[in-house]
Amino acid sequence: MEEVRERVISLPRLGEPAPAFKAVTTHGVLKLEDFKGSWLILFSHPADFTPVCTTEFIAFAEIYPELQKRGVELVGLSVDSVSSHIAWVRNIEEKTGVKIPFPVIADLSKEVSLAYGMIHPGQSATATVRCVFIIDPNQIIRLILYYPLTTGRNMDEILRIIDALQATDEHKVATPANWRPGDMVIVPPPNTQEMAEERLKEGYECIDWYLCKKKL
Amino acid sequence: MACISPDGKPTESGMRMLHALKSGLGSPEEISKNTDLPLFRVRSGLRELTRAGLAIEKNGKHELTEEGAKLIG
Repeated sequence: MEEVRERVISLPRLGEPAPAFKAVTTHGVLKLEDFKGSWLILFSHPADFTPVCTTEFIAFAEIYPELQKRGVELVGLSVDSVSSHIAWVRNIEEKTGVKIPFPVIADLSKEVSLAYGMIHPGQSATATVRCVFIIDPNQIIRLILYYPLTTGRNMDEILRIIDALQATDEHKVATPANWRPGDMVIVPPPNTQEMAEERLKEGYECIDWYLCKKKL
Repeated sequence: MACISPDGKPTESGMRMLHALKSGLGSPEEISKNTDLPLFRVRSGLRELTRAGLAIEKNGKHELTEEGAKLIG
């Protein structure tokens, strides 16, 4: 009987420490721990010199100042060499005038891609799909997005997620669907009957005891 | 390498970090503020400068080595 061997790769999950890495990038050798104390967006793209990825790199560069205001660093990654990355970011600047200000990991060994579950063989056996990992200042994974090769990412949503996560951490609240900064936030549901009765006196805007909102 | 070129000479950002060390700044946070380099770049740069023998870490702070001091004059 033929033996079937399958390599099981465990994917990182929300709330768990981000897998440590040491990688060659366009800004030198970087370790995950170099970003301790900052929020970090680690994103992968399928390949350099490809059209959707080029539009995404320009878009990420455009939101970079907004990310900086929020204390967020950005790191790209693909299974390409550092020379290819350098040539591509120089080409983007030459052709569009947009300078890519963030480092890009050259993951030729696929070490980082595999640790973060960025290669989805159903899409491509060799290229990373469009992943976004949002890692908090304590280096805990707070959000993961996966996009297929054919769909470019939405930068407004990425900024909205950062705003929502930071509001949650600062004010111990949750954010409703389609929340934007300035909108009302959700007060965490009560754990006891007493808390449920008390919250109705707090002046929150409540639909019922389990769904109360307040202004920040 | 970001701070040391393949010919062994410090790059512009490497020089900025060496000058910050000369002025007595020793923690990555202080150097980042003084040089306008992102903290992650300073942390990785200090590793490179240390490996190149231009800086040394003592009690969590970095200092110039004799060679580093000679290099920036």
